Amino acid sequence: MKVAICDYGAGNVRSVLAAFRRLGVEARSTRDPEEVLRADLAVLPGVGSAASAMAGLRAAGLDEALRARVGAGAPTLGICLGLQLALEETEEDGGVVGLGLLPGRATRLRTGRIPRIGWAPVEPGGAAYYFAHSYAAETEAATARSEGIVAIAERGSFLGVQFHPEKSGQAGARFLERCLSRA
Amino acid sequence: MPLPRLIPCLDVAGGRVVKGVRFQGLRDVGDPVALGARYSEAGADELVYLDVAATVEERPLLAELVARVAEALAIPFTVGGGVRSCADAEALLQAGADKVAVNTAALERPALIGELASLLGSQAVVVAIDASRGEVYARAGTQPTGRDAVSWAREAQERGAGEILLTSIDADGTREGYDLPLTRAVAEAVTIPVIASGGAGEAGHIAEALEVAQAALLASIVHEDPERLRTLRSELRDLGVPLRDA
Repeated sequence: MKVAICDYGAGNVRSVLAAFRRLGVEARSTRDPEEVLRADLAVLPGVGSAASAMAGLRAAGLDEALRARVGAGAPTLGICLGLQLALEETEEDGGVVGLGLLPGRATRLRTGRIPRIGWAPVEPGGAAYYFAHSYAAETEAATARSEGIVAIAERGSFLGVQFHPEKSGQAGARFLERCLSRA
Repeated sequence: MPLPRLIPCLDVAGGRVVKGVRFQGLRDVGDPVALGARYSEAGADELVYLDVAATVEERPLLAELVARVAEALAIPFTVGGGVRSCADAEALLQAGADKVAVNTAALERPALIGELASLLGSQAVVVAIDASRGEVYARAGTQPTGRDAVSWAREAQERGAGEILLTSIDADGTREGYDLPLTRAVAEAVTIPVIASGGAGEAGHIAEALEVAQAALLASIVHEDPERLRTLRSELRDLGVPLRDA
């Protein structure tokens, strides 16, 4: 099992690597499109701003690699900003065109304290995961929600999560294990 | 709103967790990773590591500590103490911290908050405010600034802060309860999450604070005793506080 974590200057790569290591899985951070293309599971992490993250992805050629692998049906996981970048667009930073792996767009949260930070239950299932975000997906590909906000979205072989499984304790570890078992 | 959070705070110096009264006579109480793991197992929602020595010489040691914590723990953690610049903050995040807390450096140069927010995202920028009788103090609570805590919190938010960590110097260490009027005033003035800090002596104090703030920092009440966090969580649940199932 080879897991490739996209390292494009906008991710909490180290925490994601550590989460896979704790599961006993060989994960590598990489900005090599070939490695991302060939991995059994590719992970697109992401924190920070959408515009600079998207620019980082393009500069490394990872945008094309991710599109190619999802087109070929290879399992790919987007985390937090990684989910938002997978949409057709996000309204962050005055509007940024996304990867188009998922239908829909990311919009700024409008209710509650923003950033939305903390643990919140995800339905169906009810397990609580850790969130830290100011934007969220609006997509017909949503498969789970947290307080009405899209928590998980899936289309083909792409799975996007708004929460941080790598920071969500045992619930997060179990979630990553399920991703691995599908890869 | 996400569930209310309990956040144990570990003071570190020289790569170890230390304990001291007003930074005098610091005493080694353990390994930051091992203690952090015990808090995590006991149900901590997040952790804060505060570098109380915060010397330039210590920065590499702190980054190494952060990397070890990120490797071992599966919950978010904030690192504060001596963060002076974007480079300091970026080094800590690259080492694996989820957020950085800034205090004195932001008071001296408020534009730092905006720079950090553009570089790291607001969600990674915690502005720590130490206040006494409504006034903000710099340099670990020793230097009055003449700034009003509520207006400084509002300014921090406008500049891009993602959270306010509000410590009442008056309540800190008393174990007589959080400074609720101060916490309420700040929480009502901003729309970002507020972490209440200082004064927790029993579960009831924490429950009160969590009605006003989104999270409670726990220092002396759980120090040297991660198991106390476990009992506090069950006491808080009995009081009706909706904590996560950890």
